Amino acid sequence: MRKWNYPDILKRMSLLATVAFVLSGCTGSSLLDPKGPIGAEQKYLIMTSFFLMMIVVIPVIVMTLLFAWRYNYIKNAKYSPNWSHSNKIEVVVWAVPLAIILILGILTWRSTHALDPHRVPESDRDPIVIQVMALDWKWLFVYPEQGIASVNELAFPVDTPIEFRVTSNSVMNSFFIPQLGSQIYAMAGMENTVHLLASEEGTYPGMSANYSGHGFSGMHFKALATSDEGFQQWVDSVRQSSETLQQDSFNELAKPSRNNPVEYFSSVTPGLYTDIVNSYITSGDSSHHGAEE
Amino acid sequence: MFGKLSIEAVPYHEPIVMVVLAVAAVMGLGVVAAITYFKKWGYLWKEWITSVDHKRLGVMYILVAIVMLIRGFSDAIMMRSQQAIASGGAEGYLPPEHYDQIFTAHGVIMIFFMAMPFMVGLMNIAVPLQIGARDVAFPFLNSLSFWLTVAGVILVNVSLGVGEFAATGWLAYPPLSDIQYSPGVGVDYWIWSLQISGIGTLLTGVNFFVTILKMRAPGMTLMKMPMFTWTALCTNVLIITAFPILTVTIALLTLDRYIGTHFFTNDMGGNQMMYVNLIWAWGHPEVYILVLPAFGIFAEVVATYCKKRLFGYTSMVYATVAITVLSFIVWLHHFFTMGAGANVNSFFGIATMIIAIPTGVKIFNWLFTMYEGRVQFTVPMAWTLGFLITFTIGGMTGVLLAVPGADYVLHNSLFLIAHFHNVIIGGVVFGYLAGFTYWFPKVFGFKLDEKLGKASAWCWIVGFFTAFMPLYALGFMGMTRRLNSYDNPDWHFPLIIAAIGALIIACGIACQLLQLFVSIKNRHQNIDETGDPWGGRTLEWSIPSPAPFYNFAHTPVVEERDAFWHMKEKGISEQKPAEYQDIHMPKNTSAGFFIGIIASVFGFALIWHIWWLAIVSAIGIFVTMVLRTFNDDIDYYVPAAEVERIESQRYQKLSNQA
Repeated sequence: MRKWNYPDILKRMSLLATVAFVLSGCTGSSLLDPKGPIGAEQKYLIMTSFFLMMIVVIPVIVMTLLFAWRYNYIKNAKYSPNWSHSNKIEVVVWAVPLAIILILGILTWRSTHALDPHRVPESDRDPIVIQVMALDWKWLFVYPEQGIASVNELAFPVDTPIEFRVTSNSVMNSFFIPQLGSQIYAMAGMENTVHLLASEEGTYPGMSANYSGHGFSGMHFKALATSDEGFQQWVDSVRQSSETLQQDSFNELAKPSRNNPVEYFSSVTPGLYTDIVNSYITSGDSSHHGAEE
Repeated sequence: MFGKLSIEAVPYHEPIVMVVLAVAAVMGLGVVAAITYFKKWGYLWKEWITSVDHKRLGVMYILVAIVMLIRGFSDAIMMRSQQAIASGGAEGYLPPEHYDQIFTAHGVIMIFFMAMPFMVGLMNIAVPLQIGARDVAFPFLNSLSFWLTVAGVILVNVSLGVGEFAATGWLAYPPLSDIQYSPGVGVDYWIWSLQISGIGTLLTGVNFFVTILKMRAPGMTLMKMPMFTWTALCTNVLIITAFPILTVTIALLTLDRYIGTHFFTNDMGGNQMMYVNLIWAWGHPEVYILVLPAFGIFAEVVATYCKKRLFGYTSMVYATVAITVLSFIVWLHHFFTMGAGANVNSFFGIATMIIAIPTGVKIFNWLFTMYEGRVQFTVPMAWTLGFLITFTIGGMTGVLLAVPGADYVLHNSLFLIAHFHNVIIGGVVFGYLAGFTYWFPKVFGFKLDEKLGKASAWCWIVGFFTAFMPLYALGFMGMTRRLNSYDNPDWHFPLIIAAIGALIIACGIACQLLQLFVSIKNRHQNIDETGDPWGGRTLEWSIPSPAPFYNFAHTPVVEERDAFWHMKEKGISEQKPAEYQDIHMPKNTSAGFFIGIIASVFGFALIWHIWWLAIVSAIGIFVTMVLRTFNDDIDYYVPAAEVERIESQRYQKLSNQA
């Protein structure tokens, strides 16, 4: 992943702010406690933009209070009823916001390209592909290389780029693991991608970040970032499952359900995921869709 | 016979809904009984319902807005209390089926049926008076616009007791809003209430656009227009350009739901992304439609209560126009996470940030209007100071969300919710309430109570920060919007604080209502004898309060920017004209009222698939329009003697004062 150089002072200030924020009682601030390089860059991006804008925000607040106090009617301070133009002030009030937006604009251009969800994070390990499908109202994760699938829980090794291929079998959702970084919309008939990378082992909450109907609130999952051995163990435990995923069992799974428990599937019909994505493009047959509850 | 409608549509098994309905019914009956008791039906019909007077229509618009503010705010209280309870496995008291309708209704009501009528009401009251006109360009159209808005309001409120409202979020994204996933009538209520009131809004846009361009007093060039009129002009340009997009988008969704087309469905090549693009191509300009007039109000308020010319008028005009244009090229920032490429996202991100420049300029211009002025701490000024601080923070978080890399993690989080409430409450609501207090005496002839007004402002400001600062933090804590329940214990405490904030805002609303009540009771102590209670600068203050129905006995001639201030400086503001002339005025008409009422029946019939009723009411609308078109008896003259009689009363008052 491309890094751009933050001025050191900004970095220190943002660290300070983070500490202040966490100390002020907001523990468990997941965006401010990222567990991967993408989330970490996003945190620095937020902090940098925040401090840049303080250059305007603080003077405005101070001036509001100061002018209101200083030119209070009862004070008889200097009064210039017809003074309504000053080239100097006009230049400053246009130029300062312009300069800040210019800097922010450059930052935006570079960071948007660096953080593009389609971009593969730099790593000496090959990416693992995980196919993600939003169902009413649970998440299905298919591991095409391992030939397994799971519901509402996924695992992957740390320091390995993960390529999430995200789609939906019903309405629009958004696939999001806050502590790892970027989210991406899940839409039927389309395959969206987001690349994430965890640099620390742990269990991170994931969820849908786009309202999708009455069961939406229960549409969360656990993302297990593990060691290589831990990942292999997880894959093995999934393979122990007696359940398998074919078109029939998928149709059953796709029916609306709320607060769906974690499920494992020891095998998956090859190409099932792609078939479902394509089914929306090619035909009007809706027999396999999750119908209304 | 009754389409999909049956007795089962009434949610009699839902105690919360039934209690609300009972209270509403009792209050409605009380109002009807009071009108009957005081024998006011005739007065109501002649002076208000059939009125085409822009000031009367403005009052009725704002009345609708206040009623809907209370309804929309009740939804807010329910959401805040639900989230304060439903933690760690608790389900709270609102099941998702009900809760999801509440957050949808809250958004729809607050934007379409609170903010929009409030804005149009203020525009109705102030714009013709500021430009020295006797009415708007098309008075009947104005009445029609109002009653079409009321038709939308009726449908939204009927959905409470008959059937259900949409449970899709306020913008009803397909495929969720398609017939497959939302088979009930909720989305149909959403469609027809917005479609009918949206046409009313579009007509308003045309009406005021023409009014401002064609009916200004002689001498008032564009660059001499009051700032509020400028912002109103830009808002109406936005309405004319943006609302047709909404109309078409909803029409396509309607076809998907009613006749099985596939514009936005999952199947048959339908494309949900197209809907999201289209709805935001309207939706983003919509927020500027709401906030620009608020900016205009702040400009008037600051100049008036600082006794000083507005600083940087020209800059302010260009900034407003720049915002108007730019608001059309930023819609994609509402869905950076849809998966567009980095170039596209960067473009829309940077375009969004550019809007911060003219907006920042405006803020500084208001500040430098205060500089070396004489700041009077009146109620509108309290709202303005609250706005300057609150809105700046909201603008900052907005720019933060405009950075796509940051939005990838903040999108749809409570940080976003906090941001847009920060600009809508801090900008739009504070602005409209400032305008409400500012122009109130011009309409009713007496001032509003100062103490309660300030108490309201304090409650709103403190309540806002208490309610929404925790939401910013919750966004960082990874909490997404529209959750009915959650199991993360860390979220519980901030949500309790937020609920307390909502209660403080409730006190603000209560103070506002109490203020209205107390001010009406004590009106004789707060009479505005002169017509110029604040030492105003623009033409609306040159006429008596309450403004006579014909507004200006003589069309004023404008020489300078602050036309009335200029007249006062020259000492000609109280000059009695040598003679009066007959005044040409539009006659009242009931056509707008009937079309509006029939349109709500039309909408209801389509919602419930009662086809015969839809056809009958469509014919009814058409016939009413034809009858109106062939009615030539639509205007009259106020005789010069009558004008003189009314005007001399005012000069009597003025000389008594002196």
